[in-house]
Amino acid sequence: MPAPSDRILTEAGLAPRGEGRLLVIACGALAREIIAIRDANRMTHLDLQCLPAILHNSPQRIPALVEAAVLEARGRYETVFVAYADCGTGGLLRATCDRLGVAMLEGPHCYSFFEGNDIFAEHGEGTTFWLTDFLARQFDAFVIRPLGLDRHPELRDMYFGNYEKLVYLAQSDDPALTEAAREAADYLGLEFERRATGFGDLASAIAALR
Amino acid sequence: MADDDIILSELDDDDLVAQMFDDLYDGLKDEIEEGVHILLGRGWAPYDVLTKALVAGMKIVGDDFRDGILFVPEVLLAANAMKGGMTILKPLLAETGAPRMGKMVIGTVKGDIHDIGKNLVSMMMEGAGFEVVDLGINNAVEKYLETLEVEKPDILGMSALLTTTMPYMKIVIDTMKEKGIREDYIVLVGGAPLNEEFGRAIGADAYCRDAAVAVETAKSLVARRHNQGVTA
Repeated sequence: MPAPSDRILTEAGLAPRGEGRLLVIACGALAREIIAIRDANRMTHLDLQCLPAILHNSPQRIPALVEAAVLEARGRYETVFVAYADCGTGGLLRATCDRLGVAMLEGPHCYSFFEGNDIFAEHGEGTTFWLTDFLARQFDAFVIRPLGLDRHPELRDMYFGNYEKLVYLAQSDDPALTEAAREAADYLGLEFERRATGFGDLASAIAALR
Repeated sequence: MADDDIILSELDDDDLVAQMFDDLYDGLKDEIEEGVHILLGRGWAPYDVLTKALVAGMKIVGDDFRDGILFVPEVLLAANAMKGGMTILKPLLAETGAPRMGKMVIGTVKGDIHDIGKNLVSMMMEGAGFEVVDLGINNAVEKYLETLEVEKPDILGMSALLTTTMPYMKIVIDTMKEKGIREDYIVLVGGAPLNEEFGRAIGADAYCRDAAVAVETAKSLVARRHNQGVTA
């Protein structure tokens, strides 16, 4: 089954099929990647549920919504795994998962686990603005419109004046996406760099699920 | 609304102040600067222009932000318009020895360049009549302590967007404790990944979830300190 459109993944997420013994509850921004990992590993026992990816912009809502999804899945699956890293929840998602007895992804966010948590930790955030495949495709929905740059482009430097570089962490080899990311960097007035990461630590974390 | 046919200088004082409320709400910096000049030209004391036009206008912006009617882009524009007015008033306020709500030193912590929230707090605090010393981004503990020593504020504000940088706030507070100066200041913390539990755990006086809450918390804690006769 292919992933739904980015717009649906952004705003509504993805409902589980209700089949399989393993449920992965993920950010909608990871749907394509997790489906690809599942298919590559023939993980027919894996069912995927995604919360709306736009929660990226209001991370304080993530722990409660993940908890509701985990409780909803109780009794329906043998195992539930949460495919979120900390994602700006300040440790609250980790505390929620620990309390519920479910495992989750390691690392501060998807930029880190796509690049590899160890590598990312070495250089840190610095003055870099990060994009992934999903965010490169959804730059308008996640950056331009929520920050009001469509209505007030003069705010750009108030938001991005401290950044120096935009790094596109590429999960796929898609010239159109690279171009979109480069355009995003130009729009923000930042240097551009592309790093091919593939699925990074996400691949091993999902493939290891039984 | 800044209708083209409204000539600010032709409005009486009450209508002009009401129009400035609207212009602040709409983030119209040029109109706010013009309104400030007009009121000053009519003999208004700088402190009255600040409190009756800018602070009162920003209160509406802050309330609507708190209530989810206005969002960050609009508040940034409003705060920027207010800053235009403040730039005119600041030297005049200093000359006239105007009273102030209190003084705050604020900055993002070491390793964190994300300053939108910090800037909003800074501007909203000025909009509420506080004097703000803004240290900008990426501040080491030494910078905070040095500025506290020089500026003697009522409040220290620290901000972080990243899960990886927010623990640095505890280093600053612990160092203040080691030096025996922690109780001399109100410490407010904020930033997207923070929460009340984190604020308590690191020993801050309060966690402020947004700029509007920061202003209300600052007012309340400063008033409490003044009632207790504590001065920095």
